[in-house]
Amino acid sequence: MKRCFLILGLWLYGTAMSFGQDYLLAELSKAQKDIPIYTTATFKSTRLVSGHSIETIAAKHLDFRISHRFGAINSGFNELFGLDQSTIRLGLEYGVTDRLTVGLGRSSYEKVYDYYAKYKLLRQSSGSQNIPVTVTGLVAAYTTTQNTMPTRQYFNNLERQSYCAQLLVARKFGEKLSLQVSPTVLHRNKSETPTDANTLYSVGMGGRFKLSRRTSLNAEYYYTLPAFSKADLSRDAQFTNALSIGFDIETGGHVFQLHLSNSKGMTERALIGQTTGQWSMGDIFYGFNISRVFSFDKQKNQHQ
Amino acid sequence: MRTIILMSLCLLGLVGKTQAQVYMTTTGLTQIFSETPMENISADNKVVSAALNTATKDVAVRIQVIGFKFPNKLMEEHFNENYMETEKFPTSSFKGKIIDVIDFQKSGTYEVNIKGVLEMHGVKQEKTIKAKLQIGSDKIVVDAPFDVKLADFKVDVPKLVFEKIAEVISVKNRFILLPKTQ
Repeated sequence: MKRCFLILGLWLYGTAMSFGQDYLLAELSKAQKDIPIYTTATFKSTRLVSGHSIETIAAKHLDFRISHRFGAINSGFNELFGLDQSTIRLGLEYGVTDRLTVGLGRSSYEKVYDYYAKYKLLRQSSGSQNIPVTVTGLVAAYTTTQNTMPTRQYFNNLERQSYCAQLLVARKFGEKLSLQVSPTVLHRNKSETPTDANTLYSVGMGGRFKLSRRTSLNAEYYYTLPAFSKADLSRDAQFTNALSIGFDIETGGHVFQLHLSNSKGMTERALIGQTTGQWSMGDIFYGFNISRVFSFDKQKNQHQ
Repeated sequence: MRTIILMSLCLLGLVGKTQAQVYMTTTGLTQIFSETPMENISADNKVVSAALNTATKDVAVRIQVIGFKFPNKLMEEHFNENYMETEKFPTSSFKGKIIDVIDFQKSGTYEVNIKGVLEMHGVKQEKTIKAKLQIGSDKIVVDAPFDVKLADFKVDVPKLVFEKIAEVISVKNRFILLPKTQ
């Protein structure tokens, strides 16, 4: 009988021991508040295809972007199916803080400079704080520096300006799927044609589906709303909505984005206001973006 | 009957002591180092809590994985997204017990072995860690370095040239434990 109690006692002593460790661990999780886990990598890059994604550049990091759009695939053999013609945009985009990015770009098409600021207003998070979506605000301006010409006359410099404001809302649904909606207002001081509205309201929709750890399939569609009343001008009928399908490859420091689109636009101004291609007519443009991110965060690099 | 009473008294005494002599911190430091000929990578985590019960010699450490800060944010993203799967496994922990004889009343530096279970990336593994304890009058400073083999914890690193990540990561811990005020 005594031995029985002894065993029971020892067993109790043993459980008290491991109980003690679990108790300590429980105390620790009580003592330290869990920090929220902000969702990372909703998209691999700051662009979904041609339009912006909710992603911003991390603080003190610089993103150097080279984007190309080739001619239409249906332009024939003499143009090597579009590869003879290409337009380029070079961009430098810098993370002032983890939430604020400023960018500068230059597109060869119409010699347009673009400047933008982008701020993460709300970050999707789980853990101790639950926010379902990430919301990023974007303001951008564009200046075309192309010489005035009979087909495109500028009477003063103000006419060369365009502006854009965008609200990007996205959610990462688990590891693979992320979806985004991006209501956009675009204002051109000089519209493309006399029957073209100066201000366009457009809704971007897009998403990505991860195929593997390093590759994803992206799609993006900008639907431009018709005029609100009959008296107002809408977008000139020759312009179309941009639909793009992209493929992202991430290699550590670089992101390669390859895509097909009916638009040659690399900025919202061109994407929403100047797209003329139609998928059904075979006006498909091949293009790619290359993004390289450099870290200028020197202090944190040093240890001991 | 006497035995039972004796046993219960022992247990009560044990429980009583458990609550009294706990040293802990919520601002511990955990650093990880990956060294390869190609590149050295390191990250700091300051969202680490640790506790030591001097009566039972029980030890517990709790690390919030999202707290690891890398100099390169892209690395941080890969660390959380591809390797540690932080959303699935938000915390790593260690619970164990000092298996050497130690007198917490006496100030000084002690080398001790801590035997316990390390849980990381959802995988539990037994581990004995050599730690250095500096016992002062009102605090205990713990230095506990150890190595982690990534394969043991099912952390899958693709074998590609641009992935300059060591197979064994060295982990350094420094906890300045203070008596827990009730």
